[in-house]
Amino acid sequence: MTALLEFKGVSASVGERILLEGIEFEVSRGEVVGLVGRNGVGKTTLMRIASAIQLPSSGLVRVEGVDIDTFTRRALARRIALVPQDLHVPFPFRVGELVLMGRAPHQPLLGLESEADQALALEALDRLGIRDLVDREITTLSGGERQLVLFARALVQEPDLLLLDEPTAFLDLRHRVDVLREVRAFAKSGRGALVVSHDLSLACRTCDRIVLLGEGGIVAEGRPGEVMTPETLRRAFEIEAEIFSAPDGQLVIVPRIADTD
Amino acid sequence: MKRLSLGRMVVVLGTLSVILFAITIFALATGPSEVGFTDVADLLLGGEGESLDPAVRDIVLRIRLPRVILGLLVGGALASAGAVFQALLRNPLADPYVLGVSGGAALAGISVLALGSVFAVPTQSVPIAAFVGGLIATGLLYWVSGGRGRSSSTSLLLTGVVFNAFASAGIVFLASLAGFFDGSRIFLWLIGHLSAVEIDAAGIVAASVLLGLTTACVLSRSLNLLALGDETAAQLGVPVEAHRRWLLVATSLMVGAAVAVSGLIGFVGLIVPHSLRLVIGSDHRLLIPATALTGAGFLVLSDTLARTALDGRELPVGAVTALVGGPLFIYLLRRAQARGPIA
Repeated sequence: MTALLEFKGVSASVGERILLEGIEFEVSRGEVVGLVGRNGVGKTTLMRIASAIQLPSSGLVRVEGVDIDTFTRRALARRIALVPQDLHVPFPFRVGELVLMGRAPHQPLLGLESEADQALALEALDRLGIRDLVDREITTLSGGERQLVLFARALVQEPDLLLLDEPTAFLDLRHRVDVLREVRAFAKSGRGALVVSHDLSLACRTCDRIVLLGEGGIVAEGRPGEVMTPETLRRAFEIEAEIFSAPDGQLVIVPRIADTD
Repeated sequence: MKRLSLGRMVVVLGTLSVILFAITIFALATGPSEVGFTDVADLLLGGEGESLDPAVRDIVLRIRLPRVILGLLVGGALASAGAVFQALLRNPLADPYVLGVSGGAALAGISVLALGSVFAVPTQSVPIAAFVGGLIATGLLYWVSGGRGRSSSTSLLLTGVVFNAFASAGIVFLASLAGFFDGSRIFLWLIGHLSAVEIDAAGIVAASVLLGLTTACVLSRSLNLLALGDETAAQLGVPVEAHRRWLLVATSLMVGAAVAVSGLIGFVGLIVPHSLRLVIGSDHRLLIPATALTGAGFLVLSDTLARTALDGRELPVGAVTALVGGPLFIYLLRRAQARGPIA
């Protein structure tokens, strides 16, 4: 089966600086893949490349086996949705309006949203427990609420692949669980997700596979148990960490903090 | 959940059209020669106006009507161009006058007028020159602001101030060179007015405004998405570069046409979209046509005030809009600053 998203020998640079080289991994249907690594290592850059906002300096990116730059913006938007870290909205759009904008790639140029579109938006808001925000102005929301709205918009976009750039950074524990549950359900329905996360334990719980990025490229890739070792974490983060198994068999990762005295 | 339905669009745009029609009748009936509202409405709806004194009928049809028609076109053009600029630049302070786009259009327009007095260039080419001038100013604005569609208010406003100062200086310089020693004409051009309407330009002005407005309406959903930023718009399927280019050409067309017949009328593009957003929301599919209708009515009303308030002496309409728009601008700037550095 062709992968939903495939990176093949991808290099990326920011300005003159080469950030990543020889990146190779795939996201297949039914799978949640985690993208983990230090700040500034190029996770967001990879997300931008995966949504054709930025071109790789070399290498290939394929979406369902087809070169990403052969898609029109519209065709790509029907396949891939990105949830950004945050969004600055200069006008007082209402939450409902913003979520319905996810339908844009499915509508003709002059179309208005239908009843069915509205039902889809309300269902997404319901699942994330924020239906009561629907008529609020987006400019009055907190960072966490805004993040949930952006996630709802991505669901309404009905893509095959979700790209989530730290989807839970501003969220409380309950909403983290909500979002990650939705991501799992999304993948289970035969679609896929690529998730950037700084919470290693939650990433281990959510992801089928993890791509651990270090300076310049991939440090390790595979099942969470294979990727998360003291050795790989030392190479990727320059930290010492303890890795435990929780009673349910999931990994818990706790960094060691050296005493200063 | 408030969804933008066809029914809601019909109700809002229908109501605004009725208000606009009433304003038009009021403007045509108001002036030194009193005319009844019903007589004017009858004339407008195709009646012969037999009940009217022929001299009064002439005043309404030959003096007031051309001025009102151009007022409608100019007001609609400036207001909707303002709304488009605000979405594209992601800044509620954007306005063709404040940004200096009107200044660029005016400078190009006056160049052709100045040349015209020497080389017999037809006055119909003034709107075309103004369109090109507006386009160049818009291009420069994008270039200065970094081109990526998100720029700080400070850099935008500074650019606008410099453009306007440069354009005003250029206008005065060219006008002096060409021997337009009638200072009051230059003054009227700089502050914006509808009093020396040249009806032979009405056709090209109407065509430009309608073409620009249609383009903006067709691309209005893209405006919603572009208002969220270029990257978000692209991720939601908008061909960003192409749509932005079309929208910038459309606004330059509208601003060029407006400036060519009325000079530098300011703040219409600021006042109208801002007030409307408070009432009907931010969805550009409704906002753009509603802004055009409201802008048309606002300018005609302002012009009626300008030509009647001082009892016999006329104010340029640009003075009225600036008196309303200046304080609003300061208020919006203050609020934007209170919200944070990027707004």
